[in-house]
Amino acid sequence: MRQGYPKLVRVPSPETVLTPARAARTAPAGARSAHRAATRRRLLVVLVLVVALVAASVASMLFGSNRLGVDQVLAGLTRTGSSTAEAVVWGSRVPRTLIGATVGAALGIAGLLMQGHTRNPLADPGLFGVSSGAGLAVVLGVSVFGVTSTGATVWFALAGAVVASVVVFSVTVAGSGTASPVPLALAGAAVSALLGAITSFIVLTDQDSLDAYRLWVVGTLAARQLDVLAAAAPFLLVGAVLAVWNVRALDALGLGAELAKGLGEDVLVARLVGLGGITLLAAGATAAAGPIGFVGLTVPHVARALVGTGHRWALPVSALVGAALVLVADVVGRLVGGFSEVEVGIVLAVLGGPVFVAVARRRSLVSL
Amino acid sequence: MSAATGAPRTAGAPGTPVGPAAAGRRGVQLGPVGLAWRPRVLGYTVAAIVLALVLVVLGVAVGSTWIAPGTVVRALVGAEDGPQGFIVTTLRLPRVLTGALVGLVLGVAGALTQTVTRNPLGTPDIIGVTSGASVGAVAAIVLGGGTYSVSAVVLSGGIPVAATLGALVAAVAVYGLGWRGGVQSYRLVLVGIGVSATLDAVTSYLLVRAKITVATAASQWLVGSLSSTSWSTVWPLLVVAAVAVPIALATSAALGIGQLGDEVATGVGLAVQRHRLLVLALAVVLSAAAVAAAGPVGFVAFVVPQVALRLAGTNRPPLLLAGALGAVLVLGADLLARSAFPWQVPVGIVTTVVGAPYLIWLLVRHRKEMSR
Repeated sequence: MRQGYPKLVRVPSPETVLTPARAARTAPAGARSAHRAATRRRLLVVLVLVVALVAASVASMLFGSNRLGVDQVLAGLTRTGSSTAEAVVWGSRVPRTLIGATVGAALGIAGLLMQGHTRNPLADPGLFGVSSGAGLAVVLGVSVFGVTSTGATVWFALAGAVVASVVVFSVTVAGSGTASPVPLALAGAAVSALLGAITSFIVLTDQDSLDAYRLWVVGTLAARQLDVLAAAAPFLLVGAVLAVWNVRALDALGLGAELAKGLGEDVLVARLVGLGGITLLAAGATAAAGPIGFVGLTVPHVARALVGTGHRWALPVSALVGAALVLVADVVGRLVGGFSEVEVGIVLAVLGGPVFVAVARRRSLVSL
Repeated sequence: MSAATGAPRTAGAPGTPVGPAAAGRRGVQLGPVGLAWRPRVLGYTVAAIVLALVLVVLGVAVGSTWIAPGTVVRALVGAEDGPQGFIVTTLRLPRVLTGALVGLVLGVAGALTQTVTRNPLGTPDIIGVTSGASVGAVAAIVLGGGTYSVSAVVLSGGIPVAATLGALVAAVAVYGLGWRGGVQSYRLVLVGIGVSATLDAVTSYLLVRAKITVATAASQWLVGSLSSTSWSTVWPLLVVAAVAVPIALATSAALGIGQLGDEVATGVGLAVQRHRLLVLALAVVLSAAAVAAAGPVGFVAFVVPQVALRLAGTNRPPLLLAGALGAVLVLGADLLARSAFPWQVPVGIVTTVVGAPYLIWLLVRHRKEMSR
């Protein structure tokens, strides 16, 4: 045996590796200006979305079943106005606006990560059992423990979501120690369906559970206080950090696991970080507002159509689109229903579905 | 394995199996007619069909009064009169046949859509069939007035018609909206997501706004159940299966070519658009018939093709095996639902509870094999 192998593979020196920045510097002038134009266009998209989000937040503060003028809302906000205005603003509108924006952003990011990891356009953040686990826990909370208040339901939903997704990971990693996308999606769908069936079983035998479940499962922002957000916030924050950390690895994984390995990514670590991020974001959002599947399913497609597949841009754009979308849908639901408002999950799908179909038809879609 | 390395040979003497070709496929030729078959697929398919037949007999035998399998077989061929013959042919046989047919058509439909979308999550649901049927049926239940029980409405013929209409309208809408000088799988899937989401939201709205008793009835329909079947649910299903399943089997070769991607398939001479329309139309008709008969029986169209694929070791779910396994799953689940619980659990719950762990077990075992 010879000691060591001849160096057949020439390792490129750091100066010759083509990073995007270096590519932009060394590229011919035409390509450089095209790159700059693309960046400008993406910045414009982000700017427009930020403006839209601010407008949606303002609308969410102003409109509702209690008719308050701008001055009354401002007075309520600064706690200088009438007690009614103060109660409405701090007891209802501020929590709704904050929860709506947070939930929308979290679901948008979670959906983007989910579709990036599974490379499947049908993947939503609930695919790893998050929604169905939370749903089962909520139903168990009602039927076994008699829990009905939203503040307590949050904890059941969080626990159920986390337990279910841990089960899904264990199933897929059980065989060989990798978490590759297709078995993961299948295992997730199988576990979700199983939990859903158990939920149906309980719900069909117990009318109180059905009553609580049918209201929870459509997704709503009504009757939620800031303590709901406080319970979900740690999950959402850690999830967001993991998602941002995952961006570079996701871009590499988009080229295929082999190439990503060649680029120096540890595929298993990248997958676990991503899946952890998805779970925490989706669990937090689902606990706060119920399973709003539509956002995580469609927002990533819109984001990719706007700024392309690169996750550095698609991630913030997904967050912005998701947040704005949920807020707008919530405001519309408050306005069309009068005193019995329409739940945000329903409005989202009824209005968003046709818009999404139009986007899918018009745009030259970026396929995964 | 010589099967994997053996070079394709020319056909031998007529009627004798040709030596093993690539991918375990064997050929048989009788004069001008040739047929390729895989021993493993054939073995599993025959086993599944036998199992389904056994389950049919068992399903008729088991109930509130036990009827001996010998009597069941005699009654099935029409040689048994009296109360036991009545129980078999009028009460139990329609339910068991409906179960078998629902499983068969859902298995085939799932195999078709998963192949044509090249996506393991691509069940007939993505063409909007289930969502459309659910809107139709739930609207019929909720708006039809709160006093009906599900079985009464089903028997009056209102819900199957509403469900079929909903399914067909939704499927046509998805296909029409996905059309832009031809239908690409990817765009079709996305349009399906959008349309299904909208329709599901309408269903949710109806459920949330309905009285709790009506919502219970609607929820029962939504998980899929065989509890209100009669001969009038069997016949339409049987006609659809008898027409559509043979056509589906005849497209099998084209399905394999279609999997190569649009460009390659066109190059090989497949009329891609026409083929895709045919396959999707078959899937829609099959699954709409199943939904009209028994409600959206959960999970069959998703899990059965995946199981068939893994058992057969092929690169796409074999249609007949998927159909036979579907029948086995639904029949077995219904048997379990009727006998193992103090009250009749809807079959859709049991198909999921049985099918999901089996798929999980297959996934785990498959991965262990791969890593060895």
